[in-house]
Amino acid sequence: MEGLKCEPLKVNSYVLLHTSYILLRIYPFPLFLLHFFKMIAGLSLVSNGCAQKCMHKSWWKILCVVLLFYTFIAGFLMDVPRLPALSETIRNLYFHVCMWFCMMILFTASVVYAIRYLRTNKLVDDIYSRQFAAVGIVFGVLGYATGAIWMSYTWADPNNSSFQSFSAVAREPKLIGAAIALLIYFAYMVLRDSISDIDKRARITAVYNIFAYALLFPTIWIIPRILPSLHPGGQNGNPALDFKDIDNRMRMVFYPAVIAWTLLGVWITSLKIRLSLLKEKRLLQ
Amino acid sequence: MRKMKFLFVVVTLLLSATIGYAQDETNKVDMADTMRSNGRIYVVVAVVVLILIGLILYLVRLDRKITKMEREK
Repeated sequence: MEGLKCEPLKVNSYVLLHTSYILLRIYPFPLFLLHFFKMIAGLSLVSNGCAQKCMHKSWWKILCVVLLFYTFIAGFLMDVPRLPALSETIRNLYFHVCMWFCMMILFTASVVYAIRYLRTNKLVDDIYSRQFAAVGIVFGVLGYATGAIWMSYTWADPNNSSFQSFSAVAREPKLIGAAIALLIYFAYMVLRDSISDIDKRARITAVYNIFAYALLFPTIWIIPRILPSLHPGGQNGNPALDFKDIDNRMRMVFYPAVIAWTLLGVWITSLKIRLSLLKEKRLLQ
Repeated sequence: MRKMKFLFVVVTLLLSATIGYAQDETNKVDMADTMRSNGRIYVVVAVVVLILIGLILYLVRLDRKITKMEREK
């Protein structure tokens, strides 16, 4: 009888989860892009004073520090699922994957400010956009480097020579896609420094930033999902956010860890922004 | 003040969530169990946390310096 009583609730949450899951799966991609850019355009109307005030607040920095300590302590001490080949290295989820999350969020912030610049023509927005992209690149490179270490102890086949196993691993679509995306953002930095006229530089690179972000979508989110991949959840959905794929115990550290690393990235960016605002104060007035 | 309260609630929730789990599956995957049983894992955690403290102090100092510069101008 108790099982029967519980059932309606179970069915409800199950149905809710699965309808949202199916909706997400069949949600046509062009429509998604349209809505996404509409959302970004809407965001880009919010006033800049808000962001500048928030940079001096300390509560989110305290939250960042607390969550980072939680990530490091719970990340090492808490129980994790026992999986072959991965064993203890599964804890890299709290560090390696969070680097990529942080990078994606910072690049999104960067493109928001690029669109804002094109709407408002204020150089402040250009500075924001540049610094978000710069710190995003740092986190991307860290994600790549940590992935290289992790890969060489889990994916590399000990029975093959390192050359052979490298040629197997190097076919991993997510590796190639992430490399392309990062190179495009490197080119963004090179492009910025090669134009000396300030307004021209801001306008051209804002447009380039939008293109770069549009390429980030297929290279790290779509193509690796279509091709067979060594990464978990390659062809069947979203490994990090799917409730069926990631263990409950890991989710308890993983989500706070994503927030912590993202806040750390935003903190570093805010320092860089404030420094360059100080430097360019004469130009901006 | 409200934000501090919010922070406090978040932290207590996170800490309380850590307690609830016990080890239930014991299959034969090779994990660092000896390292955990003799407590050496705490050495690793101490080192990592120390590095984190250093980095964060550095960031806080930078933050303060920039705030000072902003006030001077």
